[in-house]
Amino acid sequence: MDLSFTPEEEAFRAEVRAFLAEKYPKRLADKVRQGKRLTKADQEEWHAILNARGWLANHWPKEYGGTGWTPGQSFIFDTECALAATPRIVPFGLSMLGPVLIKFGTEEQKARWLPRILDGSDWWSQGYSEPGSGSDLASVKTTAVRGIDAQGDHYIVNGQKTWTTLGQHGNMIFCLVRTDPKAKKQEGISFLLVDMKAPGVEVRPIVTLDGDREVNEVFFTDVRVPAENLVGQEHRGWTCAKYLLTYERTNIAGIGGSMAALGRLKQVAAKQRKNGRPLAEDPAFAARLARVEIELENMKTTNLRVIAAVEGGGVPGAESSMLKIRGTQIQQELSSLYRRAMGPYALPFIEAALEDEHYDAPAVGPAGAAYAAAKYFNMRKTSIYGGSNEIQRNIISKMILGL
Amino acid sequence: MNFEHTEDRRMLADSLGRFLREQYAFEARNKIAQSAEGYSPERWKQIAELGTLGALFSEADGGYGGSGFDIAVVFEQLGRALSVEPVLGALIVGRAIASAGSPAQRERLGDIIEGGCIAALAHGEPDSFYELARVSTRAQKKGDGWVLDGAKAIVAQAEAADLLLVSARTAGDVTDEAGIALFLVPTKTAGVSLRGYPVIDGGRAAEVTLQGVTLGADALLGAEGEGFAVLERAIDAGLVALVAEAVGAMDVAKEATLEYLRTRKQFGVPIGSFQALQHRMADMLLEVEQARSALINAAAALDDEDRIRRERALSAAKYTIGRIGTLVAEESIQLHGGIGMTWELPLSHYAKRLVMIDHQFGDDDHHLARYIALGRV
Repeated sequence: MDLSFTPEEEAFRAEVRAFLAEKYPKRLADKVRQGKRLTKADQEEWHAILNARGWLANHWPKEYGGTGWTPGQSFIFDTECALAATPRIVPFGLSMLGPVLIKFGTEEQKARWLPRILDGSDWWSQGYSEPGSGSDLASVKTTAVRGIDAQGDHYIVNGQKTWTTLGQHGNMIFCLVRTDPKAKKQEGISFLLVDMKAPGVEVRPIVTLDGDREVNEVFFTDVRVPAENLVGQEHRGWTCAKYLLTYERTNIAGIGGSMAALGRLKQVAAKQRKNGRPLAEDPAFAARLARVEIELENMKTTNLRVIAAVEGGGVPGAESSMLKIRGTQIQQELSSLYRRAMGPYALPFIEAALEDEHYDAPAVGPAGAAYAAAKYFNMRKTSIYGGSNEIQRNIISKMILGL
Repeated sequence: MNFEHTEDRRMLADSLGRFLREQYAFEARNKIAQSAEGYSPERWKQIAELGTLGALFSEADGGYGGSGFDIAVVFEQLGRALSVEPVLGALIVGRAIASAGSPAQRERLGDIIEGGCIAALAHGEPDSFYELARVSTRAQKKGDGWVLDGAKAIVAQAEAADLLLVSARTAGDVTDEAGIALFLVPTKTAGVSLRGYPVIDGGRAAEVTLQGVTLGADALLGAEGEGFAVLERAIDAGLVALVAEAVGAMDVAKEATLEYLRTRKQFGVPIGSFQALQHRMADMLLEVEQARSALINAAAALDDEDRIRRERALSAAKYTIGRIGTLVAEESIQLHGGIGMTWELPLSHYAKRLVMIDHQFGDDDHHLARYIALGRV
């Protein structure tokens, strides 16, 4: 029993820190720390910095341009990045499609698409959810009908995807589509790569309750997709879909992000005053703060136990559901406490202060007040997305408990 | 990073677990737990012969273990079996002697480790609640020796004990950390009287009255008035033990509840097919794994020489298992329905033990407040 990282892992941590200190721009760190909304250019800048160092695809094997890191190294990397206030790596191409292509793609597909993910030529979106299918992913209604004409073997796609995160930036989208309408629910689904710039694709924003525009609806009207864009076998797309959903979820708890959020919360709680005393000394607030801190410390060890099991040859299975549930509960509690720490100054909603990194009007309320409530409302999504926490409990019931 | 126990620890856990499953099965355990003695002299001897107590002490102190993880594996097994044997007393009193004892006092360690001398901690008082430094019992110098007067509360297995570790004040105000002294007091010493009673989770305890208890100079453990730090370190080991015991008991309660969900039928189907129950069970599993992580954190922190870091980790763990142990107890009973309310069901005894662990050495509220206070130092 040994909770410490190996000397090699600590050396790796030092290497990551040195890299971040040298290469990560203060401009971006400030933006992230101030809770400002990130632009497409911000994300691309961070991806390019990582790619130049060869550290962008930290879930991919080396032969495909990945880092080949162990889960422990990935954990250290994610934690250090979060503590340095970097943006999160946009997962759709790197963490979702990449591993699916590596596992199920043809050599041509891998050679064509993987380098473009790394160098940022493509911004991928995820086309899973539909208006009628929230957590019930297999109830896909978007259709793809195969045909051959003078221009070749192709599909014609019709339907609608929704909750497409950052779809406004995307030029490509991987979609679950129904290719066999007569088959049973999870059969007859295929995994298709669609050009979002093709005729018949339309992206419309969904404004979320915090005023943000990070999700979209994507409409497909007679969109022509070359048959070579089918990944895996036709009608067997559910295999890809499932693989994507379970792949590399050992860092799903977002420990690093929560550690960083806890640090910011403690700073605020030390500064804010209640009844003339620091908020951190208010017994009710201090108790909630201590509870979430303890919960996070426990969670960190739980996460490391899962990582150690995976490194020992285990498969990350339903344990990741536990990490997801408790990880998101902690994230939500931290954002809730941050909102509460602002007191009445949680109310002002000055969007320009969130959008514009050069915004220099006099601040309203304490530092951090501008995004406290918006962030809290935004974080409600975490227990809904990626398989809602209720779906995760179903997974635990079936996979671990055997109920 | 490695979350596997060493081969030696696994073997110890296996042999102790096997012994307890065979010799301390539920029926036998309940007889022992409700017996007039409140423990089993025969099983106690066998548990000691297995090397259980030696695992709790370092080689320098006559054992062959002594780390937080050694304590953890032993008490997890004791928790799984709902043992009422006086192992916790041996651990706490033994560690106090090991850390502060004179060469002559340290000679008792061998006896404690072999199980020949049963030891109990007589520290808490009727009005001390969970405050570690609140000691009203007085120790006054008389000639070379001491005279003790006061009352000690809920001393676990005091009637079985040969030796009591008694805290008493030689100086200072009633809540001062300074001025507390520790004494090794044979239970048979004149002026020591016990009012014994059963406790709700099995075994026995006693209210101990000390009236003009006259002791020699050699009864004082460590320096006069400096007993608090010794006591805190000894109780630290006790906290790891209780956290581990709780995790062992939780595992059994969880397994039993899961088995019940699989087999109990209502409306023609196993009740585990109902989502309302599945989700509660999934949450229970998640919480138990968090409790196990808290135990690992506590065991790793036990030998940390940085007091604040160590005590915060231990309070975090005791808070965690207090909260989760109670939750597991309540959820297990609820998921069992009516049968969960009965004495005949083993589960209900696990539930009682889990809740009562929260009442020993500080409940979740106490340790959360302590965790916060330590963070301000």
